[in-house]
Amino acid sequence: MSTKSKSIQNKSSDERLRKVSKLKVLLNRPELGALGGSILVFIFFGIIAGDTGMFSAYGTINFLEVSANLGIIAVAAALLMIGGEFDLSVGSMIGFAGICIAIPAIYWGWPLWMSILFAFSMAVLVGYANGILVVRTGLPSFIVTLAMLFILRGATLAITRLITGRTQIPGLRVLVEDDPIAWIFSADAFQFVFTWLGSLGLIELRQDGTPLATGIPASVIWWIAMTIFATWLLMKTRYGNWIFASGGDKLGARNVGVPVGKVKISLFIGTAVAATIYACVQVLDAGSADTMRGFLKELEAIVAAVVGGCLLTGGYGSAIGAAFGALIFGTVSMGIYYTDVDTDWFKVFLGVMMLIAVIFNNYIRRRVTENK
Amino acid sequence: MSDNLIEFNNISKFFGSVIALKDVTMHIKRGQIMCLLGDNGAGKSTLIKTLSGVHKPDEGEIIVEGKKTIFDSPRDALDMGIATVYQDLALVSLMSVTRNFFMGREPTKGFGPFKTFDINRANTIASERMGQIGIDVRDPSQAVGTMSGGERQCLAISRAIYFGAKVLILDEPTSALGVHQASVVLKYIVKAASSGLGVILITHNVHHAYPVGNSFTILNRGKSMGTFDKKNLSREKLLGMMAGGEELDKLEVELKEIDRIKN
Repeated sequence: MSTKSKSIQNKSSDERLRKVSKLKVLLNRPELGALGGSILVFIFFGIIAGDTGMFSAYGTINFLEVSANLGIIAVAAALLMIGGEFDLSVGSMIGFAGICIAIPAIYWGWPLWMSILFAFSMAVLVGYANGILVVRTGLPSFIVTLAMLFILRGATLAITRLITGRTQIPGLRVLVEDDPIAWIFSADAFQFVFTWLGSLGLIELRQDGTPLATGIPASVIWWIAMTIFATWLLMKTRYGNWIFASGGDKLGARNVGVPVGKVKISLFIGTAVAATIYACVQVLDAGSADTMRGFLKELEAIVAAVVGGCLLTGGYGSAIGAAFGALIFGTVSMGIYYTDVDTDWFKVFLGVMMLIAVIFNNYIRRRVTENK
Repeated sequence: MSDNLIEFNNISKFFGSVIALKDVTMHIKRGQIMCLLGDNGAGKSTLIKTLSGVHKPDEGEIIVEGKKTIFDSPRDALDMGIATVYQDLALVSLMSVTRNFFMGREPTKGFGPFKTFDINRANTIASERMGQIGIDVRDPSQAVGTMSGGERQCLAISRAIYFGAKVLILDEPTSALGVHQASVVLKYIVKAASSGLGVILITHNVHHAYPVGNSFTILNRGKSMGTFDKKNLSREKLLGMMAGGEELDKLEVELKEIDRIKN
């Protein structure tokens, strides 16, 4: 009997599955809005600024780097948002991580790699503190991490001024050269490809014959790697299922045995660690730490995640979407310099884009969850 | 005695000076459906929570398959094979059928850090299980939000059975459903019991309980008014014992419908 019912089942599900085309499956994905938006943005700038050098090797690397910086934190913010929480302390964490690298390295004489590890351990602590406070008190993460936003930014400023008497710490660049791990955050990848393309005359060169764009920046590699890793986590692991469940219905998930508290705490650690990766890339690239670094980045990360299809109430979203959200953000913020449009309008565009994205994503989600 | 799957003997539960439950006794046999009836405030919710390990009873004993047991947590009860399907069902409507079915207990493949959620196997099991109860899951990756109330109830029950439930505690499984949907769920409950499970069906709807139940325990103001076998109890008598029997006329239509389906 069971084989009979099984065969009937298979037959009927086959029938149904044939109706669902690949296109329709794609149309139901949360990242569709951000993917479409990216294509539109590229078409727009292709027409408006196609001949200005925006899409030359150097220009492309430029807007990819801006996208990548935001993408690194947006992907982690998206995972946390799917898990049902926010982290508003990401921007402050970037500033805090920056001085955690710079002060030990410059003022205490630590090797750079040790300062970097120190910054990451501080990130784990901050993330854990955020997580445990949210899980234990049951307060909205919006409030808890808003408090952390002020605490961290204030502490960053106070500690830096106390130790150094100023708000900027330069002088890191020399240390990067001989450090065993700093290259992970600062080296350009595939330099030989760019040198080769340069020698063929396919990309722009400097006066001395080296290419203008020297390689793929480390941040872009981090951005892509983190997006792939986060997507794998979400779609292919038990932990991914727990993230969706924790954000979708906290109590229900707990009732069937999902360790909701642990999942949320680990996601908060994830955003703080992502902020520290961002800080490493920026600080090692610029060669200096600044107490105001990362200002307002938490909101940009949320914009990217929401444009990428994440639901503010949790339980739905995508890491790829957030990566595309960051790409839109980075492309527009750099692309606007290649157009005649006054850059003052950038934030207007950003707000409008976010509204359109949210309305569109809302429509997609309703299609997914309510059609019968 | 040993043919009882689970026994609850003289269970009492107090909240401060309030007596929520007093001397409630219930025995459930394999393959039986015991209906727990009672009006709002009769202590049904407290009893369920005591049976499922959320509350510890202040007096009385719980005997599972002949062994005296104390549940320290819902997890304990679950490990003993006592699964409770609450009214909220613990389903996430934005997640797929498969992801809900295996929520918290995902099958994995591979080892160590590369251990992955075996989604293909999960999809196969989920649609097979749903197919067995006559629910055609078009696509196991479709969101639970697209399913009807009855289908969701069946999914929650089917999940509990798949993960080794011996005793199913069902909290008002038909309360939010229309007549047709309710009959689908009730049929499934009968089927589950006939495969050897013990079922405790909590409801305030006599018309849903009477056709499927083997025995009936009526709870009133925290006390059991006794357990009755179906053969000693007419539907009218059962209705009479329930405090909320005034909806009788309105539900007469429903009653016939279920009788028709059961036969």
